[in-house]
Amino acid sequence: MQRKKMRAGDQPLVRWTLIILAVVTTLLMLVIPLILIFETAFSAGAGTYWENLANRYTVHAIGLTLLVAALTVPINLVFGVFLAWLVTRFEFPGRKALITLIDIPFAVSPVVAGLLYLLLYGSNGWVGSWLMNHDVQLMFSWPGIVMVTVFVTCPFVARELIPLMQQQGREEEEAGVVLGATGWQLFRRITLPNIQWALLYGVVLTNARAVGEFGAVSVVSGNIRGETNTLSLHVELLYQDYNVVGAFAAASLLAGIALITIIVKSFVEWRQARQRAPLNELSDNR
Amino acid sequence: MSISIEGITKHFGSFQALKNISLEVPDGQLVGLLGPSGSGKTTLLRIIAGLETADEGRILFEGEDVTRLHVRERRVGFVFQHYALFRHMTVAENVAFGLDVLPARQRPPAAEIRQRVETLLEMVQLGHLAQRYPSQLSGGQKQRIALARALSMKPKILLLDEPFGALDAKVRKDLRRWLRTLHEEFHFTSVFVTHDQEEALELSDQVAVMSAGRIEQIDSPQQLYAQPSSRFVFDFMGNVNVFAGEADGEILRQGEAWVHLPEAPAAAQQQLYMRSHEVRLQSTPASHAHLPLRIESVSLVGAEVRLELAPQGWHAEDLWEVGITHAQFNSWQPSRGDQCFAVPQVAHAIAVNAHTPVTLRWRAGEMDDPAAMI
Amino acid sequence: MNRSLSGLLPGGSSQPGKRVLPGFALSLGISLFFISVVLILPLTGLIAHTAGMGWEQYWAVITDERVVASYKVTLWTAAVAALINALVGLLLAWVLVRYEFPGRGIMDALVDLPFALPTAVAGITLAALFAQDGWYGQFFDAMGLKISFTPLGIIVAMSFTSLPFVVRTVQPVLEDQAPEDEEAAVSLGASDWTVFRRILFPAIWPALMTGIGLSFTRSLGEFGAVIFIAGNMPYVSEVTSLMIFVRLQEFDHAAASAIASVVLMASLVLLLGINLWQARYLRRLHGR
Repeated sequence: MQRKKMRAGDQPLVRWTLIILAVVTTLLMLVIPLILIFETAFSAGAGTYWENLANRYTVHAIGLTLLVAALTVPINLVFGVFLAWLVTRFEFPGRKALITLIDIPFAVSPVVAGLLYLLLYGSNGWVGSWLMNHDVQLMFSWPGIVMVTVFVTCPFVARELIPLMQQQGREEEEAGVVLGATGWQLFRRITLPNIQWALLYGVVLTNARAVGEFGAVSVVSGNIRGETNTLSLHVELLYQDYNVVGAFAAASLLAGIALITIIVKSFVEWRQARQRAPLNELSDNR
Repeated sequence: MSISIEGITKHFGSFQALKNISLEVPDGQLVGLLGPSGSGKTTLLRIIAGLETADEGRILFEGEDVTRLHVRERRVGFVFQHYALFRHMTVAENVAFGLDVLPARQRPPAAEIRQRVETLLEMVQLGHLAQRYPSQLSGGQKQRIALARALSMKPKILLLDEPFGALDAKVRKDLRRWLRTLHEEFHFTSVFVTHDQEEALELSDQVAVMSAGRIEQIDSPQQLYAQPSSRFVFDFMGNVNVFAGEADGEILRQGEAWVHLPEAPAAAQQQLYMRSHEVRLQSTPASHAHLPLRIESVSLVGAEVRLELAPQGWHAEDLWEVGITHAQFNSWQPSRGDQCFAVPQVAHAIAVNAHTPVTLRWRAGEMDDPAAMI
Repeated sequence: MNRSLSGLLPGGSSQPGKRVLPGFALSLGISLFFISVVLILPLTGLIAHTAGMGWEQYWAVITDERVVASYKVTLWTAAVAALINALVGLLLAWVLVRYEFPGRGIMDALVDLPFALPTAVAGITLAALFAQDGWYGQFFDAMGLKISFTPLGIIVAMSFTSLPFVVRTVQPVLEDQAPEDEEAAVSLGASDWTVFRRILFPAIWPALMTGIGLSFTRSLGEFGAVIFIAGNMPYVSEVTSLMIFVRLQEFDHAAASAIASVVLMASLVLLLGINLWQARYLRRLHGR
């Protein structure tokens, strides 16, 4: 069957060459590394795998990581929603500056992020020393890890919501106000259903990054095994102890979370695409 | 509920959208705000609703100052240009929204809400679509739902922003007729915004023509068409034929054409504006006008035949347009290239640097030989 | 008569506190509070530490030989990685948007993997892959090329972690391309390459540049993925973010702050540049 070539690169030769090239690149760069993680983790047998996961320090690391995520995600969720509402529904001087500001953690190296917090809240910092006098130590313990993770992950929810809410415009909310709705009613009945999938993805992404943060947490955690190691740090620890299998076992958990994240994203995009295409059942064309 | 608009001024940054607008809308009237984009009509509508606040001026509903009242408290019905239906709610939920969000004390029981929604949907003849979503509706259907939703709270004032703008001509006509019916049945006071002069003229009791933040003229549709008070209104409302010339006493001359005015004008440079029905066509020139024209095109437009004519021996910026009846068409049989002469019966003279037209009429006796008429 | 004081606010209410949609004060308050505490406040700590240093010491620290070497290493590896991402990213975006083939959906999802995967996991995985006896490393070893413990390893790590940026900024622009332009050109006899060069590329290069910029910025600060494969040998394969870490471990907070301030300023300048570029060339801010 001769297909008329209409666009650049549509001829079979070009097309398949590019496709194969892309597939091979994907395999080499993305798929095989994934396979390596699981292969190495299980290379000493399934029994050893579970033993590694059940290891006291690993379990603690998992617990700490979960705690960090459980605190970080809600905080950034609330902030992200309020910020998105603020910059997409109102006009005020400094609005554009705020939108740029929120990108800062995105552009800053994680080590620098960790350092910023260490300098402020560590025993030499002006807030830190004040806290020390009151017997409160934030650095080198879990509160510090949470704070720095909040910093690093704060843009994600906002960055998912802002373009969407800008594109949707404020007309529906205006219509709601004219009909007498209060702020909370507007948000719950009108805004939230319109942004739910983007919000979900923002949450999932924040979670993935909170769980996986390494550079910033390295700086503030102090690396105390069994106390201040998140799972990422624990992976590093095991690797440097030459416990490669153990390191990859822990890494496999994190890789699993990454896989779940990208699956959720695909699902969200599928839902959004479905919503945008109106169903053509016009019974009456008046 | 009457609406009084007093001295409304509004700026957006350095741009002045409204300049000292004052307007009275008596109870139960349907008023159209007509104008090109940028004239400020939508801004004015939104200020009445409370969706924008004016920099200066007052809005009164039935004598009560609502300028400071938040939109939520004003209890107006508003129909948005792009419908603004809640995309994640069914049609029924959309229409029920205003009732659903009432505070518990004021909210009617669920059964009553359902009943009211059904009644409203029946009123707009879309009861069978209650469980559909907005994305499944056509433009005309969405507009009717938006209307039903606006009416759900039984407002005394209904405001519509370009309500029929994005729809097909036939749908527009139907909806217009429909809105008029609703208006007569429920006696609310309505203000609507449009850039379509046919729509404004057909629907409104009064039309306010706006331009660049000011009201050019407020009048009934008939008056507006017959007695435009300014060049802008003239140009905006329908087709106009222009003869520009220099007056020499009572004769206004340009090139080979001339018109004998009833009296000498004050300024020498004059423009005569004539509507297509204020001009007759003859095979010979009249005694009071010599305006030779050549037929450029003949088109049958609905109930009349429209002729486009080019000036011969004089110049006009646009082709002239004159309508004749089918009877006249059949007896005359005009075709492209034919020569004829225009005979003004009524004209509006505007001096070149002025804005206000002076209406001129020629007495019936001054008309020429009836046998020469077409 | 109501006289308003702030009638010059663009597009909004001229009476503060009377905005149509609710929640302005609340959302402004929360946002400002959060941004101040989480973003601005920590910056004061850095400023305090570097201010207390004195200019001469500051300069000495940031121009220390080893530190300067780390700037060079970081900059050129990030640049090469960004170029690799440009090519690979363009290829993937093209194939994903223009062609249908089995597994397309999976490929599309996988592109986000580097974004979702913790950097430490990426780090040890790449280190294991490119080690001399690793799955990839053995091929390079046979060719006499060493990837681990060299700047090449850094480039590999940076390419991996920044891969999604170019793909995700170029994809939407390619998707928006109207086929009519190309069809017209092809029907007039233009070759594929000409069509690409004269019609498609001009349309996508702003997005491509944005993607490259984001990729470059991210690579500059990359830490977790890099340190396992790089070997971290001073002057050879030590990146600046590691330098900061090293100074911290030496308890030289002042030096760490100084170097961090350089990195921070560079990041902020790049961020500003990219945002201005996007505002000028792209219709919407793409949130990745």
